[in-house]
Amino acid sequence: MSNSLLVLLFLIAAAIGYKVISEVPSLLHTPLMSGTNAISGVTILGAVVATAAAKAIGSQILGLLAIIFAMINVVGGFVVTHKMLMMFKKKS
Amino acid sequence: MATNLVGLLLVAGIIYGIKLMSSPKTAVQGNFLGAVCMAGAIILTLVSNRILTVPLLWIGIAIGSLIGYILALKVKMIEMPQMVALLNGLGGGGSAIVSWMVLLAGIQTTGVFERFTAALGLAIGAVTLSGSLIAAAKLHRLIKQKPTVLKNHNSYIFITSVVSVLLIILLTSGSRHNILFSLLLAVMTLLFGVIFTIRVGGADMPVTISLLNSLSGVAGSLSGLAISNALLVTAGSVVGASGLILTQIMCKAMNRKLVNVLTGKGIQQAPKQTGSTEGQESAADQETKEEEDLSEIIARAKKVVIVPGYGMALAQAQSKVKQLADLLEEQGKEVKFAIHPVAGRMPGHMNVLLAEVNVDYEKLYEMQDINPEFIETDVVFVIGANDVVNPAANTAEGTPIYGMPILKVAEAKHVVIMNMDTKPGYAGVDNPLYKSPKVKLLLGDANDSLREIIQLVS
Repeated sequence: MSNSLLVLLFLIAAAIGYKVISEVPSLLHTPLMSGTNAISGVTILGAVVATAAAKAIGSQILGLLAIIFAMINVVGGFVVTHKMLMMFKKKS
Repeated sequence: MATNLVGLLLVAGIIYGIKLMSSPKTAVQGNFLGAVCMAGAIILTLVSNRILTVPLLWIGIAIGSLIGYILALKVKMIEMPQMVALLNGLGGGGSAIVSWMVLLAGIQTTGVFERFTAALGLAIGAVTLSGSLIAAAKLHRLIKQKPTVLKNHNSYIFITSVVSVLLIILLTSGSRHNILFSLLLAVMTLLFGVIFTIRVGGADMPVTISLLNSLSGVAGSLSGLAISNALLVTAGSVVGASGLILTQIMCKAMNRKLVNVLTGKGIQQAPKQTGSTEGQESAADQETKEEEDLSEIIARAKKVVIVPGYGMALAQAQSKVKQLADLLEEQGKEVKFAIHPVAGRMPGHMNVLLAEVNVDYEKLYEMQDINPEFIETDVVFVIGANDVVNPAANTAEGTPIYGMPILKVAEAKHVVIMNMDTKPGYAGVDNPLYKSPKVKLLLGDANDSLREIIQLVS
């Protein structure tokens, strides 16, 4: 994919994100933050690609570290958000 | 082409998931959708790059998932701000490493665009990592919450940022010393993150955490640009925008400029308070005077508003608060909760704590909605909040809270304040409410004060 197209994607996504998120009420700001925080672990995609391509053992270790960090972020983030959101559910 | 199409669908799913998070009714599904799309994105990436069977990747995924899952299961609600900060830091760290690996690959395999975005991704990722870890340590009270100001603090910030910018330029231009320079860049930006976060005080944490949240998204997006991964670019960008909005909202709620929050401006200029003991004495006088009236005042009240603050979180008094609210409602009183946008240590902190003890979210009111109602409110209970109800915000020019919109509790007929002491809040500005005749002060642990009130009421 060309670089300019990527930059364009970056801008479009930011604009859409801005629109969608500004509609979230302050009631849910903490879960929103931890939910988007989990999504920031999307760097896992880069981590797996870079690690698979790494030849030197040093790079492989770095890559492994990146995968672990990102996965903690992703899994921890989604589970924590779920835990919080369950509390907002009305209990009858 | 097929890969891009599926990728686009997954991003759309993630964004739709966030959209679902704008209502408590659909938020759980939204989060779930986000998680499913993320899993899909990982598998899509593994398949399309033909690396599905590389064992190392699965080892990392398994270890990370396990640690993340255990952390998430064990965390208590009260620890949520530091948990979010910690996870956020790890995401930033991940992006930093990915970008670093691009730089380490050398100049043969990379163009100027890749090197520039990778260097920037490394820098912002590293700032996110060290900044979030410091924020988490502050919130967990491993280090003191007060701003730590070093001698020549600004010059350290200046030096680390100038050196970092130089290194980014050198790395972009394709220096042969890419290993040394990228290592130096990592060190410099990690240092920058530490120096910049230790100066931020506890009550400014909502701003800092939102900003770091935004940075982690930006770092991810930059590393995505560096390795031409469209999914990573878009998802990271959405997170960046999200954090930015929250940062704006928090700053607006405090009527402070982002720069001032980050540079600790205003806080140090606050007048040193010496007269707090004096306030305590007069409070003690009042206590004896009004003791007998209080139960009557509450008994007569029809409309009650509860204002929680960080003190409630610290004392873990939310279940007692709920107990009081239930009791008052059983007696036929109308009970509402007033939530100031920056109460607590992260955006929406109070809402989460009250949700934990099953307070119906429909009873939680935002500042602009509840403020007109104080004038017809009989009793306000303030629990561990100070700056957000401090009328000095309207009058005390030159103090950090000047101009900050507050909850107008002073307009109610009676106010009961349950705070630890009468010391000024984080902003260091005395609260004139403490001396007002319609205010009843209950000092000490909020749990004890609440127990007292509950006994009075029942």
